[in-house]
Parts: sequence; structure tokens; C-alpha cells
Amino acid sequence: MSQHLPVLLVAVPLFLAPVAALVGRWKLAWAVAAAGCWWAFAASIMLLRRVMDEGTIHYAMGGWEAPYGIEYRIDLVSAFVALIVAAIGAVVIPYARTSIAKEVSEDRGALFYSAFLLCLSGLLGISVTGDVFNVFVFLEVSSLSAYAMIALGQDRRALTAAFQYLIMGSTGATFIVIGIGLLYVMTGTLNMADLAERLPAVSDNRTIPVAFTFLTVGITLKLALFPLHLWLPNAYTYAPSAVTAFIASTATKVAVYLLLRFFFTVFGAAFAFEQMQLDMVLMPLALVAILGMSLVAIYQENVKRLLAFSSVAQIGYMVLGISFGSVLGVTSGILHLFNHALMKGALFMAMGCVMYSVGSVRIEKMAGLGKVMPWTMAAFVGGGLSLIGVPFTVGFVSKWYLVQAALEQGMWPVAAVVMVGSLMALVYIWKVVEVAYFQAADPDHQIREAPLSMLVPTWVLVLASFYFGIDASTTASIATRAAETLLGVGL
Amino acid sequence: MIDVGLFNYWAVIVLMMVGFYTLIARGNLVKKLIGLNVFQTSVIMMYVTMGKIEGGTAPILVESGEHVVYSNPIPHVLMLTAIVVGVATLALGLSLVVRINEAYGTIEEDAIMDEAL
Repeated sequence: MSQHLPVLLVAVPLFLAPVAALVGRWKLAWAVAAAGCWWAFAASIMLLRRVMDEGTIHYAMGGWEAPYGIEYRIDLVSAFVALIVAAIGAVVIPYARTSIAKEVSEDRGALFYSAFLLCLSGLLGISVTGDVFNVFVFLEVSSLSAYAMIALGQDRRALTAAFQYLIMGSTGATFIVIGIGLLYVMTGTLNMADLAERLPAVSDNRTIPVAFTFLTVGITLKLALFPLHLWLPNAYTYAPSAVTAFIASTATKVAVYLLLRFFFTVFGAAFAFEQMQLDMVLMPLALVAILGMSLVAIYQENVKRLLAFSSVAQIGYMVLGISFGSVLGVTSGILHLFNHALMKGALFMAMGCVMYSVGSVRIEKMAGLGKVMPWTMAAFVGGGLSLIGVPFTVGFVSKWYLVQAALEQGMWPVAAVVMVGSLMALVYIWKVVEVAYFQAADPDHQIREAPLSMLVPTWVLVLASFYFGIDASTTASIATRAAETLLGVGL
Repeated sequence: MIDVGLFNYWAVIVLMMVGFYTLIARGNLVKKLIGLNVFQTSVIMMYVTMGKIEGGTAPILVESGEHVVYSNPIPHVLMLTAIVVGVATLALGLSLVVRINEAYGTIEEDAIMDEAL
């Protein structure tokens, strides 16, 4: 069985999805979904360990050897991203049981868990596949189920948010297919490793830069890089809390992974950075995202929306790291991928607890919550410290690497922007903390602490964000090795 | 003879732009979806054109052993998947429009914006 692990990682959640829909009762459907998520978590840990011991895993789907068949190719980057997705899924699913029961009507429960499993398997599929068309298929599997889950939000604006996301997401996906088609017409292959071998011979042809451009625009739309982030704030704000926590910490991260995969594995760093001068495009956009979106976040009155804009800014940090094109820069991008998944997951889950007990996440409704919901708000502060980048949190680790990468290239103004971004994070987190801890609660309102079934998963992520902040050696060494694999150095 | 070799690609570009423009410029949600679908369909045409060669038939091995020119089946097969994806997207989009209509009483983007404020 163990040699089929790469495909089982994706296939088990995929086949459990219709089962969850068919069992009908939401509690049973939840149990099915939980089994799928925990299976994926266990499988992704096993895969990561195997990749670290034995190197890249090649799996020929259905026994058809690459490049004729679809190949699952798991190197360190894939295994690491798959682990992030599966870990967040495994933590969110027990949380979702209580949160979704409150926010989504009972008759839709089973369908929700079915969509959740589909989304999970789609995201896992993207991270392990070695075939570019397969990437598109999994991208659509995960995106379509994400649109459906977002539309289940209580507010009717969830519907328009999901629709907007559908229009922009499908446009992005279509751009990606156009890019893949143009690559195929020039090389006659869809296998990533095979493409990487054949592309240099034809890279002078104008089709290849066009394909590169279509892919870049399509993927940056999916990862919500400024100014293609317009779908994100509404989608995160109005989706059910558990969905926001899951999608915010996985979907955009997987899109960042795709960006890495296409730039470094398929096209190669030399083509992307020297011939196409990608850094000239990505770096300014990333800097504007960091400063502009942090500024917008400061003025938000809805805390979920505030965190959504902060997410766009944080994506700016990841893309900034990648845009250096150096080992250190890419390392910081990959590290922040993991670290941001932990902290944003924790923050959105804390907001889900507030939503559960208070029924709103508007900032004025949170007065005095520090006293009545101490655990929830402490989790928010923990996640917030990480977002700011205080030492002994994961946020500090990724910013440390990012600033080092900037200074390595002598770009101290870029390092300064990273610092200013952190200060702005301090402002918007403080805004919430001030209301929650220093304003008196409305005595007429009886608000209780969120149930343990929601607090425990939230705190798992908060504690993880402190653990990996204090002992960053594991994640940093994986990220460094992953960056070296991508850039093809140090092997 | 007029060169028709690139005719299909011109058709792809026209369809793509028509679809994309409709998607961006129209305020009616159903028209947006139609634009999206035309946009996606143009990509299907692009792939199929890539795989087709003049006089090519289906790639089936014939017993008689004569030399047969056949079209590349892979882009055709890929587009079967893309059609399924397009159908699923359209179905989901239309069902969202139905629910938006129930919730807001309109499917015009401007009117929805006004009401959301």
C-alpha cells in the first residue's frame, strides 16, 4: 500500500466526498469528513518523512510511465505544502463541527462537508501532481467547492461574494489553461519535468513569453496579489467562519506554491528572472500590497474584513520573498507560507469563536470581550503578535529571513517597508485589542465563552505558532532545502 | 487560394475578446456568465485547433496497415475535461444567480450594490 500513498493522499478525501453527501445526516457526514481530513494529515506526514529520507517520489498514475501518463511527483516543496494543507484541514474539521452547526442550516450540513472534502482533495492534488493540466483540473475542483462553501454564509452578501469570486477565479483558471495550451503547442508535453527539459530549446519563440504571461496573471489572480485581490475581502468576510479559516490558510498558499512551481521548476529561474525580468513586476506589486493593504486594514470596522485585507498584505510578503529569486528569498517565502497559515488560521478561528458567542464580528460589538471570553481573545492576541512579528512567534522568523534576504541584495529600503508593514499590523491588531480589553462590556448582554470544541483547535494553532517561533530549526531547514531544490543549487 | 491556415486562431481571438469584454462590461449577472462561457469556449477551440492537422482522422490503428494521418488526440481529450469544468462552473454560477435573485430581488450588479449599502 505504501507505494500508492501519493495517490491515496488525494483519492481518499475525493472518494469520501460523495459518501459524505450520500449519508445525509450532518453528524455522520462530519464523521466521514473528519476521517478524510485526518487520513490526509497522516498520509502527508508519512510522505514528508519519506521525501526527506529518500528524495523525490515519482508515482506513475495507473502504471503509465511519464511523460505519457500523469505523474505524481513529490519533492520537498510539494510534500511541505501538502502537509500545511492537510494539517490545517485536520485542525479545522473538529472546529467546524460546532461552528458550522451554528452558522449553516442542518439540511445543508452534509453537502457542506462534501464540499469541504472536495476542496481539501483539490488542494492536495495541486500540491502533489507533476502534470500541468492536472493542476488545472484540481484547481477547479478546489475552487468550485470553495465558491459553494462561501455561498453558505449567513449574510446574503455571501452570495454576491461567492459570485464575484467565481467570475474572477474562473477567469484566472482560464488564463492558466491558455498558458498551458501555449506551452503544449510548443513542446508537445504536459509533464512538468519534461517541459522544463524542452522549454529552453524553444524559449526564443514569442509563444513562450506569452504563455508565461498568461500563467503569471492567472496564478496571481488565484493567489490574490494586489491589484488582483478584489475577490478576497468579501469572500473571507461573509463565508462561514470555519470556511474562512480553512481557505485563508490553504487556498492562497497553494496558489503561491503554483507560482513557485511554474517559475522555478517549469520555466526555470533564469528564464523567469533574467529574460522576463519578473522581479521588476512582482516586487513593486508586493510592496504596494504590503503598505496599501495594511493601511486599508487599519480602517476596517469588521474584524474578519480587517484580517482579510491583512491577508492580502501578508501575501505581499510571500511574493516579495519570491521576487528576490535568491535561495534566502525563496526560503523566506516558503517559511511565511507555513507560518502565515498557522497565524491566520488561529486568528480567523478566534473570530469564529466570537461569531459563535456574539453573533457578529464588528469591532464595536467586541467591547469588553477580553473579560467575558478570555481564552478566545487571548488566542487572538497570540495570533496577532505573530502577525506583527514579535520575537518567539512564527511571524518573527519569517520576517527575519525576509529582511535578511533583502539586505543580502543591498535593498535596505525594501527591508524598511517590511518593518513599516509590521508597525501597521501592530496598529490594526491593537485597534481590536483596545476595544476588547479596555472598554467595558455591555452588561445587558449575556455573552459566554465559546465551547471547548472550538477553543481547543484554535489554541492548537496558536501554540503551534509559538512553538515554531521558538524552535524554527525544523521548518527553516525544510524551507531552505525546499528552496535549494527549486533553484537547483546545493544538491 | 486564400490562406485559411490561421483562420481558426483569429476566430479564437475574436471569441476570447468578445467573451472577456462581456464578462467585464456587463452588469447583468447572467450576461456575465454568458461572457465567461464564451471566453472558456474560445479556449476549447484553441486546443482543438492545435491538435488538428489537415486530412487527419481519429487515432485508431487499422488492420490493413496503410499509412493513416491522424490528429493529436490529447488536446481533444483535455478539452473533454475542460467542457465538464465549464459546465460545472456555469451550473454553480447560475444557481448562485438564482439565490441572489431570491435574496435581493434583482440580478443587476448596480442595483445589488445599492441595496447592499
